[in-house]
Amino acid sequence: MKHRSVLAGALVATLTGFLSLGVAQAQNVIKIGAVAPKTGPLAGGSTVTHWPNIKLWVEQVNARGGLTLKSGKAKIELIEYDDKTNPGETIKAVQRLATQDKADFIIAPYGTGFNLAVAPIFAKHGYPQIVVTAITDQIGDLTKRYPSLFFTLGSTTAFTKSVADILAKLHADGKIGNKVAMVNVADAFGIELAASARPIFKAAGLDVVYDKSYPLGTQDLSPIVKGAKAANPDAFVAWSYPPDTFGLTQQAMIQNLNVKVFYTAVATAFPAYGGKFGMAVNNNLGAGGINPDTAEMQTYSASHKRITGKAPDGWASATMYASLQILEQSIEGVGAADRAAVIDYLKNNSFKTVMGDITFNSQNNDHYWTVGQWQDGKYYGVASTGRAGEKAVRLKGGWK
Amino acid sequence: MDILITGLLLGGTYALIAMGLNLQYGVARIMNLANGEMLVAGAFAAFWIFTAGQVSPLLSLVVVAPLAFAGNWLIYRFVMLPLVRRSRSQGQLEVDSILATFGLSFILVGIMLASFGGDYFTYSYLAVPFDIFGNTYALNRVVAFAVAVAIGVLLCLWLGFSRSGLAVRAVAVDPRSAGLVGIDVVKVSAFAFALGGAVTAVGGALISTFLTMDASIGGLFTMKALIIVIMGGVGDVRGAIIAAMVLGLAETAIASLIDPGLTLAAAYLLFILVLLFRPQGLFGRRAS
Amino acid sequence: MTGRELRNITLSAIVLALAALLPFLGNGYVLSIGITIAMFTVLATSWALFSGPTHYISLATAAFYGLGTYVVAAGIDHLPYWLLLILALVAGAVAAALIGLATLRLSGVYFVIFTLGLAEMIRQIVSWAQNNWGGHRGLYVLTDITEEILYWELLAAATAVYLLGWWIGRSRLGFALRIIGNDEVVAAHSGIDTARAKVMLFIVPGMVASLVGALLAPRWTYIEPAIAFSAMLSFQVVIMALLGGASRLWGPLLGVIPFTLLWEAISIYFPNQTMLLLGIVFLLIVFAIPRGIAGRAEDLLRAVRPRGN
Repeated sequence: MKHRSVLAGALVATLTGFLSLGVAQAQNVIKIGAVAPKTGPLAGGSTVTHWPNIKLWVEQVNARGGLTLKSGKAKIELIEYDDKTNPGETIKAVQRLATQDKADFIIAPYGTGFNLAVAPIFAKHGYPQIVVTAITDQIGDLTKRYPSLFFTLGSTTAFTKSVADILAKLHADGKIGNKVAMVNVADAFGIELAASARPIFKAAGLDVVYDKSYPLGTQDLSPIVKGAKAANPDAFVAWSYPPDTFGLTQQAMIQNLNVKVFYTAVATAFPAYGGKFGMAVNNNLGAGGINPDTAEMQTYSASHKRITGKAPDGWASATMYASLQILEQSIEGVGAADRAAVIDYLKNNSFKTVMGDITFNSQNNDHYWTVGQWQDGKYYGVASTGRAGEKAVRLKGGWK
Repeated sequence: MDILITGLLLGGTYALIAMGLNLQYGVARIMNLANGEMLVAGAFAAFWIFTAGQVSPLLSLVVVAPLAFAGNWLIYRFVMLPLVRRSRSQGQLEVDSILATFGLSFILVGIMLASFGGDYFTYSYLAVPFDIFGNTYALNRVVAFAVAVAIGVLLCLWLGFSRSGLAVRAVAVDPRSAGLVGIDVVKVSAFAFALGGAVTAVGGALISTFLTMDASIGGLFTMKALIIVIMGGVGDVRGAIIAAMVLGLAETAIASLIDPGLTLAAAYLLFILVLLFRPQGLFGRRAS
Repeated sequence: MTGRELRNITLSAIVLALAALLPFLGNGYVLSIGITIAMFTVLATSWALFSGPTHYISLATAAFYGLGTYVVAAGIDHLPYWLLLILALVAGAVAAALIGLATLRLSGVYFVIFTLGLAEMIRQIVSWAQNNWGGHRGLYVLTDITEEILYWELLAAATAVYLLGWWIGRSRLGFALRIIGNDEVVAAHSGIDTARAKVMLFIVPGMVASLVGALLAPRWTYIEPAIAFSAMLSFQVVIMALLGGASRLWGPLLGVIPFTLLWEAISIYFPNQTMLLLGIVFLLIVFAIPRGIAGRAEDLLRAVRPRGN
């Protein structure tokens, strides 16, 4: 009995001791921290988009001896944490990386909510935060508030507007009618996209004939697809997450939802999507996109496959890798692990990445892909806010 | 009519999720919060067997079911039994089992992550249209429903008409009295727990033919299973099946007639209403 | 008794004063752990106020917490923050009263799962309302509340909960609840209105959880239903309270601290096997400490004290 209480006390003391351990910094090592979900609801997405690119980048940099600083080459020491899809954990991990691990730089976490939760901490400690997987319409407010925050993937409105533009143009060209069935997953991202889309679709002259949401984790999407089909739409737009992107596509195939435009949001760009459905999803539209035919993209794709064992997705993967390239170029451009100088460098320079040239305009990248399409087995960008290589949008001709 | 059939098909899916838990809680008195993870494990096994060996998930059941049975039996024997032995009241066992199986669910997720990573896994099997009375349904869901019905019927027959089933029912009603009439309560509980786990894994294998899953998605299914088992009333497998069908019908009706965004809210509301008017569930026995 | 109570109060005041000094260490990481500990102390202690005497395991913490978070998220652009905190308290109390009344006839595992389902239902309704009437409103909470301020707010809440718990323990309500916890039939026969006592007590953790949710909303900046209504929170609260011992007022605190530190240690040293190790720890806790650390500590004190005292 006595032993156990003493043990408990000793345990607490030891743990407190462990938590304050920090390793002394070596001269030729640069510490880079990363925290993102490895478990929890968002782990499926981060496992495809976030972690493989970090692994790829660190391996490639270290394979050529490390980052080139004024003091010589410095290898990257990666410190990883799992935030279990809980922003409270993300906050603790970032604090730990900043104060205990004394990381030189921290890679921005995964997901809008998580990036926003840690933005004040990044700002307080002066870490540049190059955000990828966060899409919001508050970019202006947020970048003013947090001078170390940089956005790369775009705003909610840009995404919905691109879809509206595509539909409006097809309608104007007489290729489709103007009836749209729109559904969204009732989680933050889906809600924001749908709310943004409604007035934009209306302004573009589109008639939303079916407008419903469904809870995250719905196991049977057939009532929704049947309801949408009954409204006789020309186009089907779903602001969806990975499980329902797959589910809706599957149901649309089974119910033979014959629309000329079929759009599902997140995960359409995943290799698994094209892998599972094959040519049935030819001419399906999705969020994001890339230009897979450039030399840089092909090299990237091959290295990604070789080092991580799987192909990158057709949207955020490449941007994630690009954000790491940007970090690399700014650190090397400054020549030292000087965070303030890097933030300055980020604001005032242009970067060559696998996505093309990226420049931050008031901490925001203005040129990104918004809509992609599966064309003959590859996912191509068909709409962007200024990226080269947009392919023409094709109409969907059935599910075979 | 369409709503009816779609609802029943969904109910079949739900029955697959819940029947196993009903056995584990109703007989072995273990509120198994790791139920969802067992489902995902079965799903992944089917996925792996299908993609690696091109074997139909239906055939893979031959492998999945016994493995799950054995695994769950070991879990009961080494993790749950000590808790059963040391608990002084049923209330304490319930609390202990909730906490312990919660921990177990973490362990299972950790094992699955280490085995196949955090990616989504999905495949297409029998994802073709199937017509019933002029309306189209997914064949894989129809097959899942058929298997759910088969399992349900087999369970009911076994429980109702066989000697071993009688023993199981006796333990479900009152373990202490069952022990007094010479039933080996530990053996029966272990068997029921293992069988429940096997049914859940089989359910997972079938569901994997039409749902996209990943290692972390188990919690969603556990929640559903808990609702169904409690709503149906503890101790009677028929309760779980009926509750599953009712839930499937209710959700489909709401999705088709009112608003798909309210399906889960309505499901939980239904659950709450049932418990308000019948605190012991649809088929449960009033606690003394 | 009075001497002992005086000693307890002095001790508590000293601990509180020391705890309040934490932000002055200037270490953001230690502070963030402090916030976690403070938050769970408030939640677990108020949880134990109900579940300790009545032995009903409530998994509804997340429901009230999310409610409080959304009161702030929805109102932050229109009302001052302090008013929203009061609204959160009121909302939590009202919801808890309604839920308390609804759950009176439930017992055992039915009660547990009912509270779990309830949290999910509220989450679904809030998501649906958000979707149909909110849009991007109610999602962004941009304030200037720092981690230090948040920590002191939580400490204040913890003090309030302890005072409340101490007062309830000395009151007729507390007396009634102890009898109910020991034998509900006897209590009913003694003329105690068991239903009213249970509902009144259930309001406490409901209100407190709602307040905590409201206090913590500014920390996230971006509010998603999945974050606000996470079922994991409910389970963590239960485990910490049971680990420490739900039958003593200071019990849950003894569970919160080691659990939080252990959770943190596992996350740090095993980032790729966190779930697995956390699960093993949970199992060990359940096996090794049935009556909680507080229970063990009491056994120890009793064993050490000379007999016949």
